[in-house]
Amino acid sequence: MGEFVMPSLGADMTEGTLLEWLVKPGDEVHRGDIVAVVDTDKAAIEVECFEDGVVAELLVPPGTRVPVGAPLARFGDGAAAPAVAAPTPAAPAAPAAPAAPAVASPLVRHLAHTAGIDVSTVNGTGPDGVVTRADVEAARVAVPLPRPDTAAPGRRVPASPLARRRALDLGIAIDTVAGSGPNGSVTVADVDAAAAARNAPSTPEAEATHAEAPQQPPTPTVTVPAETSAADRNAAMRRAIGELMARSKREIPHYYVTTTIDLSAALSWMRDVNTRRPVSERLVPAALLLKASALAARAVPELNGFWVDDHLERCDHVHLGVAVSLRPSGLVAPAILDADILDLDTLMKGLRDVVTRARSGRLRRTEMTDGTLTVTNLGDNGAESVLGVIFPPQVALVGLGRIVERPWASGGMLAARPTVTATLSGDHRATDGHAGSRYLAALDDLLQSPEKL
Amino acid sequence: MNPTEATAAVAAALGSIAPEVDIATVDGDAPFREEMDLDSLDFLNLVELLHDSTGVEIREDDYARVGSLTTLVDYLVSHSPVATGA
Repeated sequence: MGEFVMPSLGADMTEGTLLEWLVKPGDEVHRGDIVAVVDTDKAAIEVECFEDGVVAELLVPPGTRVPVGAPLARFGDGAAAPAVAAPTPAAPAAPAAPAAPAVASPLVRHLAHTAGIDVSTVNGTGPDGVVTRADVEAARVAVPLPRPDTAAPGRRVPASPLARRRALDLGIAIDTVAGSGPNGSVTVADVDAAAAARNAPSTPEAEATHAEAPQQPPTPTVTVPAETSAADRNAAMRRAIGELMARSKREIPHYYVTTTIDLSAALSWMRDVNTRRPVSERLVPAALLLKASALAARAVPELNGFWVDDHLERCDHVHLGVAVSLRPSGLVAPAILDADILDLDTLMKGLRDVVTRARSGRLRRTEMTDGTLTVTNLGDNGAESVLGVIFPPQVALVGLGRIVERPWASGGMLAARPTVTATLSGDHRATDGHAGSRYLAALDDLLQSPEKL
Repeated sequence: MNPTEATAAVAAALGSIAPEVDIATVDGDAPFREEMDLDSLDFLNLVELLHDSTGVEIREDDYARVGSLTTLVDYLVSHSPVATGA
């Protein structure tokens, strides 16, 4: 039936490394299921499939770097693989074993597994009480999101992207490494320690091999990417950023408009809300700024969309890209989907989630490709203003500087107010400075009524 | 909670937020958010982690009072349930 190819995860991506398969031949997959993790030069991204079917063959082993569009797996319609599917239908046919949870497919089990859900506790709504994907999803929603407790065997090992890459580079299976990080997550140091432990006893062997013959390179099951060291990783990311930004500056005639916004209403409202809340539910100014940015995009829709084939394609939804700086350096701009319709608390959770995943976990394909407008928010330690470079194919970028207390004249009176300098970089092919000005005016307006955000 | 315990809790929390930074190299009297390049979300995570590990909830109004590692440790010690309850 179909081929599953290396997807393009952003305008700057030309090739990617297949990090991990989440399915195996014989697994039934449905459109939207996450089937693989792909490493771009910027982040580890979870990639879903686009059709229903059965995995017929995995063409590319983990660790392989391939160009965008290269086939990664073949999917069949399931008819070709009845042998694999056979055991599952057999299970519901045997009512003698009611204790055994009936699970529709390996994928459902996998889903439950990764969500940290015990399938036997899930109420099955399928035929004969079979637990379906929807049941797991429902259970997943019912369970509090982070489940950073002791990992069930076979559960995906928490590890930073850096640690994953290091493990890959060193040819070490990440799930064999004992994690010493928060919640048992695997750190780079853990991987190095595991590598050292592996190498230490094997040294004599290696020497022996060396002495014996040049006949066999050590089992090349993992195709190690050309770039190996952290310095090379960093160079790859700089190159990816450089290529995208160069393209932006080459193709997009940028214009810039700037305004300074009084944040005293927004911040005092937020402080008031936060004092009544536990730490875990507190808001940060960025959440208010992002929500206002998303709503302002709805007010000036010609800034929200893509420049494709010499014309502007507006988007009905606002998927707000958020530029996240990575440590020690680098940048990735995943999108908070539907940021304009999320309530403030949900957006705050989404922000924390996406920033955490950008830095230490994984992003999803849609977050990398579907952003319709991006905000770069310099935050507390940043400069006072930023004139940003637009992420193609988007047509505008909002820049927010550090919140600064400034003398503020209002109604003939002078007072000290917390302010933010907001800028809008616009694509002159799509709009003029007038649109940018209207956007910033809308942003200002929204931030004066924080309770409506 | 004594200063040693509070220092350990801070080191553990910061270690999980910014694992690449060696806490020992951070000047105890310097503004650590700048030194360690922690943004507002990082700081919120820190406050949350410390609340979980020490039981001390740093009020938002008090954020300005915990700008250095020294003042943060002092805050935890003086607000710990044991210290005030004893």
